[in-house]
Amino acid sequence: MKELICIVCPKGCHLKIDEENGFAVTGNACEKGPVYAVKELTNPTRVVTSTVRIQGAEIPRMPVKTDGDIPKDKIFAAMQLLNGVTLQAPVRVGTVIVPNILGTGKNFVATRSLGKIE
Amino acid sequence: MGCTILSKSLPAPEYAERFIDEIEKSNVTVLTGAMVLDVLPDKSVLAIHPQHGYMQLQGAAVVLAMGCRERTRGAIGIPGSRPAGVFTAGAAQLYMNIEGYQVGKRAVILGSGDIGLIMARRMTLEGAKVLGVYELMPYSGGLARNIVQCLDDYDIPLHLSHTITEIRGDKRVEQVVVQKVDENRTPIAGTEEVIDCDTVLLSVGLIPENELSRHAGIAIDPRTSGPAVYENMETSIPGIFACGNVAHVHDLVDFVTAESQRAGKAAAVYCQTGSPSSQSATQLQAGNGIGYTVPQKIRPDRVEKSVEVFFRVNQVFKNVQIEVRSGDALIAKFKREHMAPGEMEKITLPAVLLNKINSQTATIAIAKEGAK
Repeated sequence: MKELICIVCPKGCHLKIDEENGFAVTGNACEKGPVYAVKELTNPTRVVTSTVRIQGAEIPRMPVKTDGDIPKDKIFAAMQLLNGVTLQAPVRVGTVIVPNILGTGKNFVATRSLGKIE
Repeated sequence: MGCTILSKSLPAPEYAERFIDEIEKSNVTVLTGAMVLDVLPDKSVLAIHPQHGYMQLQGAAVVLAMGCRERTRGAIGIPGSRPAGVFTAGAAQLYMNIEGYQVGKRAVILGSGDIGLIMARRMTLEGAKVLGVYELMPYSGGLARNIVQCLDDYDIPLHLSHTITEIRGDKRVEQVVVQKVDENRTPIAGTEEVIDCDTVLLSVGLIPENELSRHAGIAIDPRTSGPAVYENMETSIPGIFACGNVAHVHDLVDFVTAESQRAGKAAAVYCQTGSPSSQSATQLQAGNGIGYTVPQKIRPDRVEKSVEVFFRVNQVFKNVQIEVRSGDALIAKFKREHMAPGEMEKITLPAVLLNKINSQTATIAIAKEGAK
């Protein structure tokens, strides 16, 4: 029996997973719990948020996120990809900043619109 | 992160942008860069603005949404020298996420509030070493999911029942002394540990920002440090409403949004119809295990279908029953497997049950018996 706290939503369900019986999950309030639990015990993934440099906008950083979850062991390597990036305003929310992160098929995208300052 | 309102998990800037876009499409006048100096009981608002100068606005209704501020080093009185490198977690978040500065390289975090936990992850991802999170209480002040995804994921230790008893350093933080505390939160002699670090982040609580409310003469609930509100978020002054962190500190933006929509709708109704004087209000009392409730007062005749009551427990509970009682009568009961002070709870009371309350008060409490 493994115990996990579900992180899919802020409710934070206390999950119990029976690894010997086909990863049977109890303690979940919704259908996302078992999906998370199995993934967490076999191939844990996370959405990563960070920022990149932007020029010509009212603030010097553009917030970004991965547009899906990426393997946990690739998080630091993914962060490295952002270090060399400098955007030029304007940039719209949802714009792809770094495509296909480390071959995962997931992209870093902008999570805010920043206009150009005259 | 917001989740339920837009049925999608969004980072804060993206969540905010949805609502900014919505208001820009509306005919609502928005004055950014303005500062409100005073709100008067007659619902006039005195403000200053970079272009308009001094402004006197007369509201038919006013919604207070000033949010909250962070408790500081001064508020908790950490002894020691006063070097640079001591930040509230939110200030560090601003420097890092908006202004693009690395706030430090070796950090100790005092307090386990959500912003502190999130900053532990942010600093780690940006190349800093977060040495540990030290929490005075025997339980975390933040959400369980943030312990998992911000601390456990990066092997950052959480030390419960610990505090910082000294900050050392000349120009910049050089060391902190941490100590274990006993059940009365008093540091235990002999448990001192010296940690070399250059940064201390404080995540030790949030205080609703109610200077304007107090000056307007609005009744403040000492338990929430926010205005005591009715079921529609109306304060003790008819036509002045409060919502979000100014009323009580939330964990989740979705609840702030829902509460704000309720306050906004009630303010619009008030503008059209005024506040019909209500015959009676039921005072909600926080019983065993409950820190506070919002709303504090319910006018049953003003509840359409149901009212959501938010509260926090004052200790960790497992497998308990929440009971709503009026006099000797049990009005409603709710089961919970797990509750913690860091996680706001809510129950929904349908109008039919509220009408069963025939006394001036109702008490929400954790049942003492029945716990497994």
